[in-house]
Amino acid sequence: MSVGAPRGLASSGQKLITEILHPLSAAEEPLSPGPDVTISAEKDKEPGLTNGTPVEISSPASASVLLSRLQLDGDPEADAHDPFGSGEPRDLFVTVDDPKKHVSTMETYITYRVSTKTTRIEFDLPEYSVRRRYQDFDWLRIKLEDSQPTHLVPPLPEKFVMKGVVDRFSEEFVDTRMKALDKFLKRVADHPVLSFNPHLNAFLTAKDLNKRQGLALLTKVGESVKNVAGGYKLRARPAEFCAMGEYLDTFSQKLGTIDRIAQRILREQSAEYLTELREYGTVYSTWAGSEEQLQRPLEGVAGCVTTSCGALEDLSDNMSQDFLPVLREYILYIESMKNVLRKRDQVQAEYEGRLEAAVLRKQEDRTPIPVEVEKCQDKVECFNADLKADWERWQRNKRQDFKQLLTGMADKNISYYEKSQAAWESLITLLQEKQTEDKTSETN
Amino acid sequence: RMAEDVKEESVTSNDESDLAASDGSLNNTMLTEGSCLLRRMEISVAEAEKRSGKNAVSIQETYTVYLVETRPMDAIAEGHNPPPDSLWRRYSEFELLRNYLIVTYPYIVVPPLPEKRAEFVWHKLSADNMDPDFVERRRIGLENFLLRVASHPVLSNNEMLYHFLTKEHGWKEMVYETGFQAKADSRLRALSATFRVRSPHKRLVEMKHYSDGLQSHTSQLLRARTRVADRLYAVYKVHGNYGRVFSEWSAIEKEMGDGLQSAGHHMDAYAASVDDILEEEEHYADQLKEYLSYAEAVRAVCRKHELSQFELEMASQDLISKKQQREELATGIVRTFSLKGMTNKLFGQEAPEQRDAKLNLLEELIAEGEETVKEKTAECDEHAEKAWADIVRFKDQKDKDLQEALINYALMQISMCKKGIQVWSNAKECFLKM
Repeated sequence: MSVGAPRGLASSGQKLITEILHPLSAAEEPLSPGPDVTISAEKDKEPGLTNGTPVEISSPASASVLLSRLQLDGDPEADAHDPFGSGEPRDLFVTVDDPKKHVSTMETYITYRVSTKTTRIEFDLPEYSVRRRYQDFDWLRIKLEDSQPTHLVPPLPEKFVMKGVVDRFSEEFVDTRMKALDKFLKRVADHPVLSFNPHLNAFLTAKDLNKRQGLALLTKVGESVKNVAGGYKLRARPAEFCAMGEYLDTFSQKLGTIDRIAQRILREQSAEYLTELREYGTVYSTWAGSEEQLQRPLEGVAGCVTTSCGALEDLSDNMSQDFLPVLREYILYIESMKNVLRKRDQVQAEYEGRLEAAVLRKQEDRTPIPVEVEKCQDKVECFNADLKADWERWQRNKRQDFKQLLTGMADKNISYYEKSQAAWESLITLLQEKQTEDKTSETN
Repeated sequence: RMAEDVKEESVTSNDESDLAASDGSLNNTMLTEGSCLLRRMEISVAEAEKRSGKNAVSIQETYTVYLVETRPMDAIAEGHNPPPDSLWRRYSEFELLRNYLIVTYPYIVVPPLPEKRAEFVWHKLSADNMDPDFVERRRIGLENFLLRVASHPVLSNNEMLYHFLTKEHGWKEMVYETGFQAKADSRLRALSATFRVRSPHKRLVEMKHYSDGLQSHTSQLLRARTRVADRLYAVYKVHGNYGRVFSEWSAIEKEMGDGLQSAGHHMDAYAASVDDILEEEEHYADQLKEYLSYAEAVRAVCRKHELSQFELEMASQDLISKKQQREELATGIVRTFSLKGMTNKLFGQEAPEQRDAKLNLLEELIAEGEETVKEKTAECDEHAEKAWADIVRFKDQKDKDLQEALINYALMQISMCKKGIQVWSNAKECFLKM
């Protein structure tokens, strides 16, 4: 046992469960952020595993959940529910808001307020409020991915923006990014495993995030994953993971198409059509200036056209700020999911490779199958189980998200037409009143 | 009762006549005081047909003919339902009639014909004269022309108009025999020359400027509308792509599949709806085009008056100079420099007999000149009076018609909005079922 047991396991202490839970390592996190987490310089190495394997941190929730998962496998009714404890009440609420610009001699950047409300015992206080910048979110995501490689970590909005093309400090950009960061954090907080990750805890609570050491480890970790997997070829991917891969490919393609269509519509609507419509409205105004009886009707039409232009602008703003970013985010999400699938393939490939080697040796000189090979098998099974559960959850969330996204799009379009219709209808009333006025003054 | 019948019958089979107010009754401007022909005769341009034949230079050509139908109003009023008399006319014959009327009534704003060639065409609209939509809109425009002419207090009495409506063969020859062509040609030449009028008619000049403005505004509006139509078309059609991709996407989904698929159909419907929307808008464009042409007609009336005025001034000038010549001859005093005067001084005056002959000739010419000036003054005044009366009538008609057109346009926009709301609501239902 290493110094400083893995967080959250103080109460359990059962080695067997520990092994099941942490297929990829038994060593603790050597470095952690924040002043309230002890830093251990030691790394416990298990025989058979190469250096610097990524570290898995356990949590009490996943221990019990994993047990219940193993029991639930044959239960169809239970499968229909969220195996991640739909009966459990939510006890961690996070929000990202209040963007502020910081100007220093070195750089200018934006920070966001991250507010937390929780009843979890892992947190010392029930409420927290810290300020974080994009870099910090990026750090958190990398940490989560590395420490929980079998789980799907939600994506972040794109990191790099071309200077000169996009204004990083414009209200729209900051607002869009903030919404995406809020969504990211909420998804993490809702995840039954990720939400107990100590990095998340640090992110939400620490005054200053000490991230530098984490980055150094990151590069080592990245290499080691490659080393582990290198050289093993996958024999037979289980059908369901093939299906997942195919689904993701097609889905990603369709989303890309939808993105292109939406962009095209945006261009046609808010650049081309809107420009011509504005010009069209001014022609009515100009004409009104040289008419007497027709002045009011012509001005009226010009006014309706102007109102329609305003409504069109609102619609376009919505599409570019709410619709497109969510679409793009899902495309990123799909990419990270594909990565996880690839990782799963690698783990399976390693197992198969090792097994084959071990079997050959056994045949040669009756060497028993080493324990590491069994551990690999466990790894594979756990990864598959985690992935399947996450996949189900991801599909459910995807359905909700897209339902919301598309109904939102429909609502915005309806709202545009309603505004325009209202303007034209009030003009009709005006004009028809005028017509009766004219008729009565004629007969008089 | 007659008035009611006119309202009822004259709407005919033409639902889109822009002369009908939104409640189906005929526009007031059709029934001005003294409108004669239309009260006696129901007129319509009922159909269009393609014909093929050899033209004047023996070349095979395809053209369209329009069926002009007429029925006596009194027979209808008495409850009989006689079949209409009818004859076929080409667009060129309508043009001939109009040109004849313009020359015969130079002080009247003659109603315009629908456009000869399709103009202000947004890119998906056909510019082909043979296109059925174009032909249909032209049919409506030709009927509109006839109804306007036949209800005009002055124009409706014209004999050639009556024969146009009733005499299929030999009508063209009859019109040519009036000799109007020569008058038309000389007028055209005169009008295209630049001339300055010394004392222009203030109100008619103002009207000319107004007509220039009307022309410029309506053509600007038509151009801008064409561009808007093009863009609107693109926006709607791109949404059709959603239809396809939703359908493809639905194939890989389980629970979401049905909702997506149905939503896709609605997106297809949305994309398709723009064709009808824009076709309907063409009728609005046609109303604007009518007044674009009307503006030209108003300008022509003003210009012709200017020409009359100019000719009057020329005649007056001529009379004055002849009178001066007479005075000079009589008194021997040369007031103004003239070559004759100089030569007289140099080579001596002419013999008294010659002088007397000249004086007599001059007296004749002066008498003629005075007659001419009197006639032209009367003509000019009459022209101005009649022109102004018709222009006032035109202004009232324009205000009513264009207001009506704007109301109809607003109704079209409302209809478009309602359709949009319907489609997106349907799509939303489908999304909610996802």
